[in-house]
Amino acid sequence: MKEELQVGFVGNPNCGKTTLFNAYTGAKLKVANWPGVTVEKKEGAMKYHNHRFKLVDLPGIYSLTSYTMEEKLTRQFILEDDVDVIIDVADASALERNLYLTLQLIELGKPVVLALNMMDIVEERGMEVDLHRLPEMLGIPCIPVSARKRTGLDILMHTVAHHREKKQQIDLEHQHPNGKKSKHVHPHHSEYAMVYSDEIEDKIDMLITRLKEAGFETSNYRWHAIKLLEHDEEVMEKCRVSLDDIAPESLETQIINEKYDFIDEIIEECLVNKSRKAAATDKADRILTHPVWGVPVFLGIMALVFFLTFAVGDFLKGGFESALTYISDACYNGLNAVHASPVLISLIVDGIIAGVGGILTFLPNIFILFLALAFLEDSGYMSRVAYVMDGLMGKLGLSGRAFIPMLLGFGCTVPAIMASRALEGMRDRRRTILVTPFMSCSARLPIYVLFSQMFFKEHAMWAAYSMYVIGLLIAILVAFVMHKANKKNSISPLLIELPEYKTPNARTIFIYVWDKVKDYLTKAGTTIFIASIIIWFLLNFGPHGMVEDMSESLGALAGKVVAPLLVPAGLGMWQVVLALISGVAAKEVVVSSFGVIFGIANINSQVGMDSLVSSLSSYHFGPLNAYALMVFCLLYTPCAATIGVMKRELKSTKWTVFAVLFQLAVAWVVATLVFQIGSLFL
Amino acid sequence: MTLRDGKKGYSYSVCTMELEQSTKMRLQALGLTDGTRIEVLNSKKSGSVIFNVRGTRLAIGKDIAECIEVAECIEAVKRA
Repeated sequence: MKEELQVGFVGNPNCGKTTLFNAYTGAKLKVANWPGVTVEKKEGAMKYHNHRFKLVDLPGIYSLTSYTMEEKLTRQFILEDDVDVIIDVADASALERNLYLTLQLIELGKPVVLALNMMDIVEERGMEVDLHRLPEMLGIPCIPVSARKRTGLDILMHTVAHHREKKQQIDLEHQHPNGKKSKHVHPHHSEYAMVYSDEIEDKIDMLITRLKEAGFETSNYRWHAIKLLEHDEEVMEKCRVSLDDIAPESLETQIINEKYDFIDEIIEECLVNKSRKAAATDKADRILTHPVWGVPVFLGIMALVFFLTFAVGDFLKGGFESALTYISDACYNGLNAVHASPVLISLIVDGIIAGVGGILTFLPNIFILFLALAFLEDSGYMSRVAYVMDGLMGKLGLSGRAFIPMLLGFGCTVPAIMASRALEGMRDRRRTILVTPFMSCSARLPIYVLFSQMFFKEHAMWAAYSMYVIGLLIAILVAFVMHKANKKNSISPLLIELPEYKTPNARTIFIYVWDKVKDYLTKAGTTIFIASIIIWFLLNFGPHGMVEDMSESLGALAGKVVAPLLVPAGLGMWQVVLALISGVAAKEVVVSSFGVIFGIANINSQVGMDSLVSSLSSYHFGPLNAYALMVFCLLYTPCAATIGVMKRELKSTKWTVFAVLFQLAVAWVVATLVFQIGSLFL
Repeated sequence: MTLRDGKKGYSYSVCTMELEQSTKMRLQALGLTDGTRIEVLNSKKSGSVIFNVRGTRLAIGKDIAECIEVAECIEAVKRA
C-alpha cells in the first residue's frame, strides 16, 4: 500500500463540498442550501484502489485573501499543511464566480483538480461546458461530477491520485486581458494559466528578483510576489521587502479585474448556450422576498412549522404513549413476579421509565419540527430570511445575517451558536450568541406541550405559540438594549449570496432529521437517564438514609432552600425548583423530573396529565403558575451543552458567566411580571 | 446615483465603490468590480437590495448599497 494522500476540498460557499465529502467518506456532516453551513475543518478517510486518502472538508470561501476567519483558516491549511492535492469544488451552474477562486488556487502552485459539481443542473438548464477547452485554458484537469447524484466520483479520485505528481506540461494558450498583446515575452509564460498584463507581469518579475536577493526562501515566488502587489497583510509581514518603487499602492483591484477579464474569456469559449434559466427562482422570490409581503410570508411559514409540530406531532404521539404504558406495566409486573426488591422496582419504574420513557413520547413533535426545519434549510429559503429580516435587524444593530443563527435556534441552540461564526466581527457574534438562547429550542418543546395541554386545554396551541413569540420578543429587546448601550454603533452590513431554490433532497433531509432524532434518543439514553436516576436518589434518600416521606429527602431540602426566591414568580415549590435545577443538564429533564418527582409513569398521556394536574393543584399550582413556569423555562439558563459551546465561541469565561446569570435574571423578572400582573386579573 | 436607488428590473454598471476595505474586497471577489454590469432583482424601502452579478444573486444591506455608485445601462430594457 502506498502512502497516504492528503486531499483538501476547497470551494465557494454552498457549492457542495460537504455533500461531496460525505459521498466519499460516508460521513453524515450537515449540508444545507445556504452559504456558510460548514464552519469547521473536518477530516475523513477513504481508500481508492491502492491509495489511501485523507480528505479534509473546509469552510467555503470566495477568495484567498485574509479578510475573514474562513479564508484565513483555508489559506493557512493549504500553505502550511502537507496538502498533496487540492480538489477545487465549483458550482458549474455558477462557473463565472467559482473560477475566480480556481485561478487563485492555481497560483498557489499546489496540484489542483477542478471538480465541476452540479453538472446535472447545468444540463437541466440546457447549458454545456466544453470539457476539452476548459482544462486547456486552465492547465488543470476538470472533472464533471454530481455530488448529489453520486456520479463522476471514481473518475475524480482517479485523477487526484495521478495528478499529485507534478502536473504534466500542457501547452497553455495565453490570455492577455482586454485583448492586449504582450510587448515582450516573459520567461514563465508557458507555465502559468493566468498571465497578467505586461505592467503587472513586469512588476512580478522585479519582485521575484528582489525576494531572491533578500534571501527569502519559498517554493512559490510568483504567488508571494502577486500577494505583495496586492498588499496582503500576512505576506507583507512575512517577506519584508521594499515595495515603494514597484507598488506604492495596492494593485489588488487591478489584479482582480484582470482575473475576471480572463474568466470572461474562459466563459466565452467554454460555456455553450449561456442563457440561464432561473425563472423558477425569480418567480418564487417575487413573493418570498417581496418588499411588503416578505415578512408576513416568513411569519406565516414559521407559524405553519409550529402548527405542524404541535398538531401532527400530537396526532402521532398516541402510539408512543400506549407503548410506554405497556412497557411500564410489563416491567412492573415482571419485576414483581421475580420478587425484585421494592427499591429496585421503584428505581426502574418510578425513576428510569418515568423519566426516560416520558421524554421519548415527545419524539413525534421533535421529529416533525426538525423535518420542517430541514425543508427550510435545504430549499434555499434561509438566505432570503436574512434579506427579509435585514430591515428589522438593522434597527437592532445587527445585520440580517444574524437572523440565520437565531432561526436555527428554534431547532437546537448548540449548532445555532456555532453558526454565528459566519458573522464578521466579534461584537456582532457576541451579541448574536447572547440572544440566540432566547429562541425557543426543541428541548423546551416537551415542557410547553405538556403544561399547555394540562392547563390550557383547547387553547393549548396558543399557549405554546406564545412562548415562541415571547422568546423572539425578548431576544429582540435584549439586542436592542445592547445596541443602544453601545456607543460605537458600527453595524456590519448584510452581504449574503442567495442560492437558487431547489427541491429538497431526500438523502439530505434524511441525514439531517436522523441526526437530530439520534441526538434526542442519545440524550434520553444518557443525560436524561442519569438525571432521572439522580433525581430518584435525591427524592428517596434523606440525610439519614432512605426516607418514606419525599418532603424529607435531600432533593426536597435542597429545593426548599431556593424555593422562597421563586415565590414572586409563582414557582415557590420545592418540587418545581428541583425540576428547574435539574433542567440545566438538558431542558427536557424538567419534564422527566416532574415525572419522577410526582411518580407519574406516563406523563404525556391523558391519565398522566390528569394525575399531575391534581397533584399540582393541591399546592395551588394553577394555569397562571403553569404559564409562569413555561416562561421561566423558555428564558432561564441554557443547558450544559449550550453553556459549553458558548464558552468555546465567546472565548471568554467572563462573558459566559455573564450570559448565564443574565438569562437567569431575565427569566426571573419576566416570570415574576407574568405571575404578578396575571394575579391582578385572575 | 447609488445602488440603493436602483429600480427593480433595471441594469446598471458599477462606477465606484467607496467601502471599507474588507467589504470591498469581498464584493470584488464575488465579481463586483468597476464597470461590472448588474441587474437589480429586488429592493426594499429599508435600502436592502438583491441584484444579479455574473450569475450570482447577492443580497446587500443599505449601508453597502448606499456606497456603490452606479450608472444606468443605456440599452437597459425593463423586463416583463
